[in-house]
Amino acid sequence: MKILTCPLNGPRNIAEFTYGGQVKPMPNPTEATDQEWAHYVFYGDNHIGVVREWWMHTPSGYWFIVERHNQTDEVMRTYDPAELFDPGSSPATEPVQADP
Amino acid sequence: MPFSLLKFGLYKDYPFEQIADLPGPTDLKQYYDVVIIGGGGHGIATAYYLAKYHGITNVAVLEKSYLGGGNTARNTAVIRSNYLTSAGVRFYTESVKLFERLSNEFDFNIMYSRRGQLTLAHTDTTVRAFRQRAEVNKHFGGRTELIDRQAVGELLPSLNLDPAGLPILAGLWHLDGATARHDAVAWGYAKGATQCGVELHQLTEVTGIDIEAGRVTGVQTNRGRVACGCVVQAVSGLSAEVSRMAGFPLPIVAYPLQAMVTQPVKPFLDPHVSSSALHCYVHQTSRGEIVIGGGSDPYPLYGTRSTLELKEGLIGSAVEMFPFMSEMRLMRQWAGITDMTSDYSPIMGLSPVENYYLDAGWGTWGFKATPICGVTMAELVASGGKVPDLISPFSLDRFDAFRQVNEMGATAASH
Repeated sequence: MKILTCPLNGPRNIAEFTYGGQVKPMPNPTEATDQEWAHYVFYGDNHIGVVREWWMHTPSGYWFIVERHNQTDEVMRTYDPAELFDPGSSPATEPVQADP
Repeated sequence: MPFSLLKFGLYKDYPFEQIADLPGPTDLKQYYDVVIIGGGGHGIATAYYLAKYHGITNVAVLEKSYLGGGNTARNTAVIRSNYLTSAGVRFYTESVKLFERLSNEFDFNIMYSRRGQLTLAHTDTTVRAFRQRAEVNKHFGGRTELIDRQAVGELLPSLNLDPAGLPILAGLWHLDGATARHDAVAWGYAKGATQCGVELHQLTEVTGIDIEAGRVTGVQTNRGRVACGCVVQAVSGLSAEVSRMAGFPLPIVAYPLQAMVTQPVKPFLDPHVSSSALHCYVHQTSRGEIVIGGGSDPYPLYGTRSTLELKEGLIGSAVEMFPFMSEMRLMRQWAGITDMTSDYSPIMGLSPVENYYLDAGWGTWGFKATPICGVTMAELVASGGKVPDLISPFSLDRFDAFRQVNEMGATAASH
């Protein structure tokens, strides 16, 4: 069973988590053109490589960020979203590795 | 006759002339009218119909691995047309009709076998959705009807009518549901296409696509450059990676789709059986193995590994439906990479590059569309970019225009 390390709850079984899509910058909904909005909704970074994603620990309802390689399924890092969205907040947790 | 067999048994050499189904490898030519990237069912079918219906034979199919070795070999070989949208049903109904006569057409047995497909409804909402699907199917010439719980029990005496505490209320009975050998479909098309002069180049990987002034002029491969008049991209799983070589992104996310088969047992299950609530489908192959499949993985991955949690979930559901299966052993497991689009419909037709045609976004519904994809893509290429009516709803620009074809009849879609 694959283990994912939740920044709040520690290493947990992957079945306890829900995938929440890629982290991508949202255009301003009031100003974006239809095409910009369509691009935001339907297109994402589908390169083979390391991607940055939203995940939720389902029992605790806690959302966080995972950096994962989308071909090897290796998790590079998991951390609190505050690190991305509020640079002034507490420093990130140490980089963690998922069990192989 | 046993005596003639004995006589042949004493021959030193095989007494009949052996004709290979496929010609041996040849060198790449400098120029092809059409280069098809991807030697799976869709690519080779496109080549076949280009040669057969349109007389275009200067065609190369470039396959990085071997013929039909990608997702053509990794699906669960289900053929059906009981989808939900008008665009989808029209398209897949044509495909089923083509499948029915392929063995005769190829003079090559694809082991087409009509079994019927039964999708189980466990809630009133699903029954309503099924009623709509049955009517849409009938309208477009498919044979689908809603049957009640008692009829489901009579059709499948070995089925548990209350699996996982979810009583079966009704079933969507699709008489046209069928199966065929997926490898044989690819080989049949390849045999027919190469006999017409199409070149199939295996172990030939496209590494770059040359674009000049918005037009494709050639492709780079691991065996050198090939100039071409146009390109058809038919690479399931890696569609977004290949289209990026041509300079444009696709709204596709790759998810693994896992499946498995059990040891063979005596025939007990004629139709395909699928449960909308348990997210699991089961059918028995002509060899007696039970194929178990379901929806895509819970998160994206460009990989074909199998996971314990998905196997546990699928087997749990399968055993709920057919409790005696708990005695059986698993024999094989595998996964394919599926191109998922947000509306569960394919992306076919034109691309931002003028003479570069797309056959992508085949998610969990690609095998059953193989013949009709070949026919429509060949028509598109031969006409120089006039999109056939049957595939016009599946254009790439539907995403920018918010004109999605919401295909909730797809296997991966939750009902």
